[in-house]
Amino acid sequence: MLSALLALGVLGILFGLLLGYAAVRYKVEGDPLVEKIDAILPQTQCGQCGYPGCRPYATAIANDEADINRCPPGGETVIVSLADLLGRDPKPLDEECGEEKPKMVAYIHEEICIGCTLCIQACPVDSILGAAKQMHTIIESECTGCELCVAPCPVDCIDMVPVRQSLDTWKWPAPPPPPYEQAADGSSNPQPAGAH
Amino acid sequence: MTEYALILISTVLVNNIVLVKFLGLCPFMGVSRKLETATGMAMATTFVLTLSAVFSYLVNEFLLIPLGLEYLQTISFILVIAVVVQFTEMVVHKTSPVLYQVLGIFLPLITTNCAVLGVALLNVQQQHGFLESAVYGFGAAMGFSLVLILFAAMRERIAVADVPEAFRGPAIALITAGLMSMAFMGFVGLVKG
Repeated sequence: MLSALLALGVLGILFGLLLGYAAVRYKVEGDPLVEKIDAILPQTQCGQCGYPGCRPYATAIANDEADINRCPPGGETVIVSLADLLGRDPKPLDEECGEEKPKMVAYIHEEICIGCTLCIQACPVDSILGAAKQMHTIIESECTGCELCVAPCPVDCIDMVPVRQSLDTWKWPAPPPPPYEQAADGSSNPQPAGAH
Repeated sequence: MTEYALILISTVLVNNIVLVKFLGLCPFMGVSRKLETATGMAMATTFVLTLSAVFSYLVNEFLLIPLGLEYLQTISFILVIAVVVQFTEMVVHKTSPVLYQVLGIFLPLITTNCAVLGVALLNVQQQHGFLESAVYGFGAAMGFSLVLILFAAMRERIAVADVPEAFRGPAIALITAGLMSMAFMGFVGLVKG
């Protein structure tokens, strides 16, 4: 009995090691550029760029099918990082995609909610909790503030509110504004070349 | 040497794994609708069958028999087959993306091809040695490939033939397979002893 368990166990471990080694040795690399771009994007999955999520947008950027200035939630920070990564010139946010706003989370007025589940279906990150005919609520830590749930709500019970500052969410203030804006300001504040 | 040639011929023609032993009928019926996919499936199965026959022999000979654990043969062989298939998939994916695309879903599906497990168990039953096991596995794979490709070619023709309505689809395919099986019975007696 014991030897049987041992034999199968050893066999399993050996094969596991072999497969693990093979998985590393024969790893098929996806496009590394897509990974890097995807890491910069804010992962709100809001679709404001016109693509069905951050990863498709990253793929489109890598294939030169989309411009780098189509991400409103990321705003200038993301555009500058992308420009840095790809060696392109930063440009202002594309207005047809939306405008940059402070980070928001959705808030459901629970006394108005009728439990229709429409917002649950719209949420790209599954941050809405609820069931049919039951009041819904937002899991605040999961919400990316993409606003996709606001439009489907038939009773308009979802509001976007700025993220409340607490000890958990407080961060150091953002670094000084990106260089291209200062360049656009004029020559009054010249930026040393190759500052970044 | 003659011995190995005999094993090869006998597994390919006389004791054909599909038409005489009736193993691996699922891919035989399932993937034979188009010649192209049938060829891809045949290649992948050939590779996996030969490798898994060899590895099953090694596991049986050097692990199970010394420990007196022959009753674990089936489960160990399934483990071996699953690993070989998984490993093959990784290697093919890395080395030949084109082949990987052609084989597609058929590659992982080989895990559940009973011909693969059948060959491993038959090797034990017939007390084959290392080389014999390898040749037996390869022969069975060749037999499987031969029949699968022939059958796919036939089905492509049947698809455009004027078949009576009651026989259309799988019915005529099964009848064809039966006729093929009878035809392969003609090979009995090709190899004596």
